[in-house]
Amino acid sequence: MAELTLVEAINDAFHVELERDPDVMVMGEDVGRAGGVFRATAGLRDRFGPDRCVDTPLAEAGILGSAVGLCMAGWRPVCEMQYDAFSYPCLDQLITHVGRYRWRTGGAMEFPLVVRMPYGGGVRAPELHDDSPEAYYVHTPGVKVAIPSTPADAKGLLAAAIRDPDPVVVLEPKLHYRTLRGEVPEGEHVVPLGEARTVREGTDVTLVAYGAMVPLAEAAADALDDEVSTEVLDIRTLKPLDEAALLAAAAKTGRVVIIQEAPRTAGYGAELAAILAEKAMLDLRAPVVRVTGYDVPYPYWQIEDAYMPSVERVVDAARRLLEF
Amino acid sequence: MAIAREAEPVGSLQEVKEAGLDREDLLGVYRNMLITRGIEERGHILYKQGKIPGSFYTGRGNEAAAVGVATAMDDQDVGTPLHRDMGVHISRGVEPWRIFAQYMGRADGPTHGRDGNVHMADSRLGLLAMVSHLPAMLPVAVGCALAFRIREEKRVAVGWFGEGASARGDCHEAMNLAGVRKLPVVFVCDNNQWAYSTPTYLEYATEHVADRAEAYGFEGVVVDGTDVLAVYRESRRAIEKARGGDGPTLIECLTLRMEGHAVHDDAFYVPKDMFERWASSDPIERFRTWLREHAELGDAEEDEITSGVKKLLNEALTRAEESPLPDPSSLAEGVFATPEDLDTPHHK
Ligand SMILES: Cc1ncc(C[n+]2csc(CCOP(=O)(O)OP(=O)(O)O)c2C)c(N)n1
Ligand SMILES: [Mg+2]
Repeated sequence: MAELTLVEAINDAFHVELERDPDVMVMGEDVGRAGGVFRATAGLRDRFGPDRCVDTPLAEAGILGSAVGLCMAGWRPVCEMQYDAFSYPCLDQLITHVGRYRWRTGGAMEFPLVVRMPYGGGVRAPELHDDSPEAYYVHTPGVKVAIPSTPADAKGLLAAAIRDPDPVVVLEPKLHYRTLRGEVPEGEHVVPLGEARTVREGTDVTLVAYGAMVPLAEAAADALDDEVSTEVLDIRTLKPLDEAALLAAAAKTGRVVIIQEAPRTAGYGAELAAILAEKAMLDLRAPVVRVTGYDVPYPYWQIEDAYMPSVERVVDAARRLLEF
Repeated sequence: MAIAREAEPVGSLQEVKEAGLDREDLLGVYRNMLITRGIEERGHILYKQGKIPGSFYTGRGNEAAAVGVATAMDDQDVGTPLHRDMGVHISRGVEPWRIFAQYMGRADGPTHGRDGNVHMADSRLGLLAMVSHLPAMLPVAVGCALAFRIREEKRVAVGWFGEGASARGDCHEAMNLAGVRKLPVVFVCDNNQWAYSTPTYLEYATEHVADRAEAYGFEGVVVDGTDVLAVYRESRRAIEKARGGDGPTLIECLTLRMEGHAVHDDAFYVPKDMFERWASSDPIERFRTWLREHAELGDAEEDEITSGVKKLLNEALTRAEESPLPDPSSLAEGVFATPEDLDTPHHK
């Protein structure tokens, strides 16, 4: 095992997967010579050559659209979107091509491609460098979505996404690219899509989170330690969702707080809440509550902290459930 | 093979006068270029002091291009300057203290602390604030031009874009619509030869970006973007041509990005000799030399301008630091119109 940061773990996954499978390639803006804005693709161009680590023009629709063509010709492209919001120009290709092609060709064609991007706030960046766009992707039929919260999962989920026969969008919490270190298995390491992770066991209240909100949930659980026993569940794969793990974690405590950084309305947390409403009714002792961002464009600096779900807001929500 | 016209440098003071600038104007241009660089140099220091959070971008090397174009615009014209175009804000009259306030996320910045960097503009001065997405402002500029055409207003829109961002569909869509409708818009390409780490030969395959103009049915011009007078002359021509109903122009200002993409980037991928070659084309130094040779700029007058700029910026910085941080409880305000917003002439 090596101690790596989250972004180093992603880089490690690339080196392993490109070595393992000659059909895997990487493309995006500044991924080659510069090794990516966050250095996620560092060293790939030197090691695997410019045809397997392609510096593209600044053109996201073109990147994803040509990845579709590459898939048709047998490649497994991994496309980098430089930041979360810069994936919006490629939504057209994602929705109109990527998500529906297998279905409408009766399975004759497959799209084993990956779109990955740094997502989320907390890094004092200007606007449109801080978005949490997961709901757009989850809502697109035919597209899988994974969001790691630890270095080991960042490596393992990316490897799983690369090996998956279908398109997978991987969102990486840029806030923790360099601030989170952890043990990462060396060599091949795959975390299967569709399996949630129990971060800690508890009996009184369950915090459900993914991505950058998982460390926050853990901090909130620490803060609640003297009062209650808190379960923390990391969803890891938003689609396909590990519904059994969600229902089990809810049944254990009967109280669920869902934490989501994205704006509130119609966010992924609403989907989780709906599933609990449909299937966990008899296990719940209190309403399911959400701690989320607000329905505003993601703001800068000083106001940013007011936007972000905080330990206080999560603790407060948990206490409200316990008093219900 | 180049298709676009390659603009000549401007020679004499007489020639400049014919293009519409008298000596006072020239000194104003010089001053605006100094303010532009001064703001960004101070911003750099503020960043190192931790007073500007996140990232910080400058337009070092692009001062002549930005100031030259903006000087050629009339008051009633509009523009969509980008992250290398601080000189446009300065030339249109944005007060430097508000720019420092913007950098530091203060309530008195043009975005009221909701956004940072040069993602700002004062709409009262005819400028529209950029969004991060490049070149998403080009269709916006075209929309302004369409409005002017429909209302038969003698106004022109100027849309800026980088050579790297010219690869995106927005650029094509904007230019095509502008060409089809012969709209009063001028496209300005800040070609600083790098899109982050990506060199021009991986961005486009024509000799010049401006060569594309022909395909959209209008004229393309390449101008030395470090020569403020040549930029001014070409912009003036293009803007007046647009105003007169003769359609768009694409002006490509050739410069070098004299620093990294942003402060965190050491530009290790740029060949050293490229920086060395271009160092002799520093736009401010070039214009200073020209003024001394052609417009009798002497030591005393130069000192006066330089110290005036210094004083302005020092005072601006102090004022900006006194500006409060925005109130976090205002977070949710302003997403939609309020009843008060609806009580305006536009809605009545
Ligand atoms: C649609 C979009 N994708 C990616 C980015 C990230 N990005 C910011 S600046 C930049 C390079 C832009 O190059 P260019 O257009 O030449 O402008 P320059 O920065 O050189 O002035 C990139 C890739 C962006 N702003 N917008
Ligand atoms: Mg550029």
